[in-house]
Formats: sequence, C-alpha cells, structure tokens
Amino acid sequence: MTHPRTLLDKLWSAHEILRREDGTSILWVDRHLVHEGSHHAFGKLAARGAKVTAPELTFAVVDHYAPTRNRDQIADPQISRMIGTLRKNAAQHGLRLFDLMDPAQGIVHVIGPEQGLTLPGLLINCGDSHTSTHGAFGAMAFGIGATEVAHVLATQTIWQKKPQSMRITVDGSLGPGVSAKDIALNWIARLGTGGAQGCAIEYAGNAVRDLSMEGRMTLCNLSIEGGARLGMVAPDEVTFAYLKGRPYAPKGDDWEAALADWANLRSDDGAAFDREVTLHGDAIAPTVTWGTSPEQALPVTENIPDPATLDPGKADAARAALDYMGLPIGRPLDGIQVDQVFVGSCTNGRIEDLRAAAAVMAGRKAKVPGMVSPGSAQVKAQAEQEGLDRIFTEAGLEWVAAGCSMCVGMNGDLVAPGKRCASSTNRNFRGRQGPGARTHLMSPAMVAAAAVTGTITDVRPLLHGRSV
Amino acid sequence: MAGWSTHSGRAIALPLHNVDTDQLIPARFMSASRSEGYGKFLLHDMRFDADGAEIADFPLNRHEGASVLVAGRNFGSGSSREAAVYALVDAGITAVIAPNFGDIFASNAVNNGLLPARLPEHEVTQLIDSLADQSAAVLIDLRAGELRIGDQGYAFELDDSWRTKLINGWDDIDLTLNHEDQIQTFKDQRFQTTRWAWPAAQDQEPPSKRAQ
Repeated sequence: MTHPRTLLDKLWSAHEILRREDGTSILWVDRHLVHEGSHHAFGKLAARGAKVTAPELTFAVVDHYAPTRNRDQIADPQISRMIGTLRKNAAQHGLRLFDLMDPAQGIVHVIGPEQGLTLPGLLINCGDSHTSTHGAFGAMAFGIGATEVAHVLATQTIWQKKPQSMRITVDGSLGPGVSAKDIALNWIARLGTGGAQGCAIEYAGNAVRDLSMEGRMTLCNLSIEGGARLGMVAPDEVTFAYLKGRPYAPKGDDWEAALADWANLRSDDGAAFDREVTLHGDAIAPTVTWGTSPEQALPVTENIPDPATLDPGKADAARAALDYMGLPIGRPLDGIQVDQVFVGSCTNGRIEDLRAAAAVMAGRKAKVPGMVSPGSAQVKAQAEQEGLDRIFTEAGLEWVAAGCSMCVGMNGDLVAPGKRCASSTNRNFRGRQGPGARTHLMSPAMVAAAAVTGTITDVRPLLHGRSV
Repeated sequence: MAGWSTHSGRAIALPLHNVDTDQLIPARFMSASRSEGYGKFLLHDMRFDADGAEIADFPLNRHEGASVLVAGRNFGSGSSREAAVYALVDAGITAVIAPNFGDIFASNAVNNGLLPARLPEHEVTQLIDSLADQSAAVLIDLRAGELRIGDQGYAFELDDSWRTKLINGWDDIDLTLNHEDQIQTFKDQRFQTTRWAWPAAQDQEPPSKRAQ
C-alpha cells in the first residue's frame, strides 16, 4: 500500500517539473491571471525582449482600477493610462482580455471561477495575494510578485519550495446569520496574522462541506490574511455542479476525464499534516474587526479589549490600532457608529453575498450612505434579474459597476480621512481604503445590518422572520 | 541585478508590528513608473502629514542614510505588490530584520536584492530597545548568516536558496531557461494525459451559447 498523501502532496507532485538540491522546485503553471497592476512585469518582459510563452493559458482582466461609474469616459488620466497599458500588453501578446465593457468583466478572483478558468487540480498564479481564493476548487493557487509574474509570463513555470501542510477542520454547523467570513475572521483572530505562516491550508469538516462554492471562496480568499501561502477545499459534487457548462470548463469527453481525475483530489485517510487546528462551527458568532489588522477581530457581542490584558507582544500594536481607529477600551462593539458601508470585493462580492446583504436590507432604509459593487458584470446582471439592486437602491445605497472598488481604493472609490466604514472587504489596514480611513471588516449581512442601524450591529435579531 | 555578500551601513529601529505592504506603499502611488524612483513613497502616510510635511519624529525622517531596518512581527504582510520592495530599495534599504515576514514580500525582496533577515522575536525586541531612536553601525555577512549591530552579533535565518540568489544576483528567468527541455517535455506529457487542464476552446461552446 502506498503512503497516504495529502491533497497538497498530490497537487504538488502533479506540477513538479524538477526539484533542485536545495529543495526548490520548478512547477508548471496551468493558469496565469494578470491585471492592470501587472504593468511592472510586462515591463520586465519587454526589457528582455521576451514574449508571453503560453498566451492560451494567460488571461487579463481590468479590475483594480476599473471605474465603477462613467466607464465610457474615464476622467482620471492615471486610471485611463493604467487600463490602456493593460490593453496594449494584452493585444501585443495575444491575451484574452476581459475589458471594462466586456459582459464577463469583473474581479479576477470572481471571474476565474465564473468563466470555468479555475478548475480542480490546477496550479493558478496571479500577481495578487488573494489568488488563494481559487483553492476553493481544489486548485493550488497563490499570489506572486511582479518579478515572478514576469517569470511565469516568460516560462509558464514558477520556482517554489513546498509549503508545510495545515488542516483547519470546522466541525458542526454554522448558526443563522453566520457565514464563511466569520469562520475566517475567527481562526485568524485565534491564530494571528502569522498563524499559518508559509502553510498550505486544507479546510475540512462538516461546516466547510456545507458551504456553497461562494462560501468556500470567501474562506480560501482570506487564508492569506492568516499568513498562509494558499488555502484549499477538496472538490466534491458542489464543485462539479458549479463548474459544469462554464465557458472555459472542459466539455464532452474532456469533462468526463476531468471528473475521473478530480475524484482523486482529496487527502487520503491517515495522511499526516504538519499542523492541525479544529474549530467548532456552532460556537462561531458574527465577527468584526476593531483594529488595523485582520487578527484584531472579535464576536460582535464583545467589547473593545484592553491592550494591557493582551499577550505583551500584541499590546503595543493594539494600542496603536485603537488610537488610529479612534475607539475607547471597553466599549461594546455593538453600537459603534459608522459613517458609511461598502459591499463588494473578491472576498464578498459574489451573488450569494449580495443576496445575504439584501435579505437584511429588504424593506429597510440605510441610515448611512454606502455603495454596493458586485464582483463581476455577470453577478451584477444576475442580481438585477433577482431584483437585489432595487432593494439596495430603495434602501438608499449606490448600485455601481464591478471591480475592486473601495476595497483598495485604486479606482477612486475611497473612504474619507477619519471616516468609519463597515466593509465586506479583506483588509482593515491603515489607509487601505484611503488615507486615514477606518475599516471594520465583517460579512455582507453584517454590513447590511450596519447600514440599516447606522452602527456595528449583531445581524441575527434583524433576520427574525426573514428567509435567508 | 547585482549580487552582494556583505553590507556595511547604518541600522535604525522601526518599532512597529504588522507593517503591511499597503503602508509600505499606499495604493495611490502604484501607477507611477519605476524610473521616477519609488523611495519617496516609502511609508508615505507615516512619514508625511496630510499637508505633505515631514513628521519629524518618524524614524526614517530622523536618520537619513539608514540602510537597515529592524522591525516588528509580520513585516510586509498583505498585498503582493512588489512596489513595496521597490520603495524600500529605492530609499536605500538593503536589509530588513524582523521576527517574520509576509511570504510574498520575502520572495519579492530577494528578487530585488533586499535581504529579509529573520531573528528570534526576543532578539529583535532587544535590538529595537538598544537602538531606541539612535542609528548604529551594522555589518551583514550573507555567507555566514551573521550580522553585527554595535557590539552585538546575531545569527539570522534565511532560506538557503534565497541566500544563493542574493549573493549571485541571479535572474530566475535565465536559470529556468536552462531547463527548457525538461519544461517542454513536461508540458507535452501534461497535454497528452491531462488535456482537460487546457481552457476549453470557445468554438467548442454549444450552439445556443455561440448564438448569443
């Protein structure tokens, strides 16, 4: 009998071309996704006079700088230039570009799965840390820097050292109003932003199996915030049902061959992981961040912690965070006033996220302004078909086009200095949503609750009598 | 990129944890061309106030010419933006010493000749305390994996393959092209056995979709 292997072992060996004596391997890259931010990498390629070696495996998308309004006449010359540069590079190298007006445009980590570019068993790279999202399909997917992007463009391979393996098992089931976002913030708060440093996480357990593909993507997306190299969920019927018939997914005999291969993409019984962590799904409450790091998160029912009671190594960071966030020690999280809300991003801009926010918001008015930016043009179209856009606009929120938008603020959508934003995004870093912006991360349902009450609020009572 | 094996310069403390890449270079500066130099964007929103004036007591403003930063836990976490490394390198920084680094940041650093040196957290804390708001002479020996700040010596951790890259200033693309035959063989085999891993051609779409 062969030695039991983890999902990571299987994916790694399927992509390893060779391993050097120092333990570094060259891996074959099945999909390479690029965006406007890849301009440095294309520049490096041009400086060598090299070309994209596998344009059929390289896909380009306008997302980070995508304006969410008035797309046909971009006012900001810098944004226009960034998008123009990507268009030029895509045209020069013969890449399929999901341009601003493309009906399939959207955030790279939303459209990859949506288009069937993301498949189980693939190695996927992109010059964006949230590439870990694609691991939700049982792919090995991780973000890389510009030099590495240039390397993948030129060679369709990447040098990597095999990461340690870590399994996070979430058993039991999640309560109503609790989502994949809450699982992620929960484990990151518990283990810290370095808690999974350098690891490949496999998420397992009933609460993970019960998640939709959207939920699994949210969970894998946030793996990087806990220091992980990548996150994964073994593919199953939920995965296959999501992918069947997607534009770039295998068809006919290829689909059957793929299903046969994908059936083996799971950790064998008895496979050993370098690290194991177990969480109890039933014990997870809606969670929000109070500081400037994703690990500074607590259940919404708790109070702002006293830094003096924290691990000494974390006390200084907590003091600095509370100073930046303008929050007093001991104040209940529930009831903190917010100035605005944002629903969107590669973490929580999918159709299920919009449905969850709309379920809370339906028939209610927002007390603060806010913006809803769907993760892709297709999500936007579907939401409009379902009438979700009207729920948001009737509540008083802005319904805009797809892109990274206010998550990273590169397209001009910003939180003003000192303002507090309830946000479905992935980073509450200082200045992430704009200089001086104060970001509280939470699930889309929690953002909707913050919108209708004007404060950070436990969403659960707001769901009574509603179907979610 | 030129390699290096020893460095002597001035070290300063940046006594902050979780200095993420969004802070190292705020997003709004990332569309700039590298040729204009990214050094002026380094930690921009910590170095300058809202009016663009220097914040006098910020360590980088107090010590012009520092080439080594000693920082807290989880340096360079967050976004994959290599521009964060460009900002450090263009500001004259050759090494960052911290208990641990964001993974993508660390490999970006090595690709640009910047050393991400790991020291145990208690040693970093001690170093930060001893430096306080002064600068001190620093000597780094990459081959030996040792550094000396003032009269204290430390052994730092660095992945061996990264050490080799820093010393030789290797360009990975050239290295990889040495293995071109093996890569081509692998690709051909994968295409034979795992054809589904190539994106379905769009002309294979069912007629109903094509008509749309």
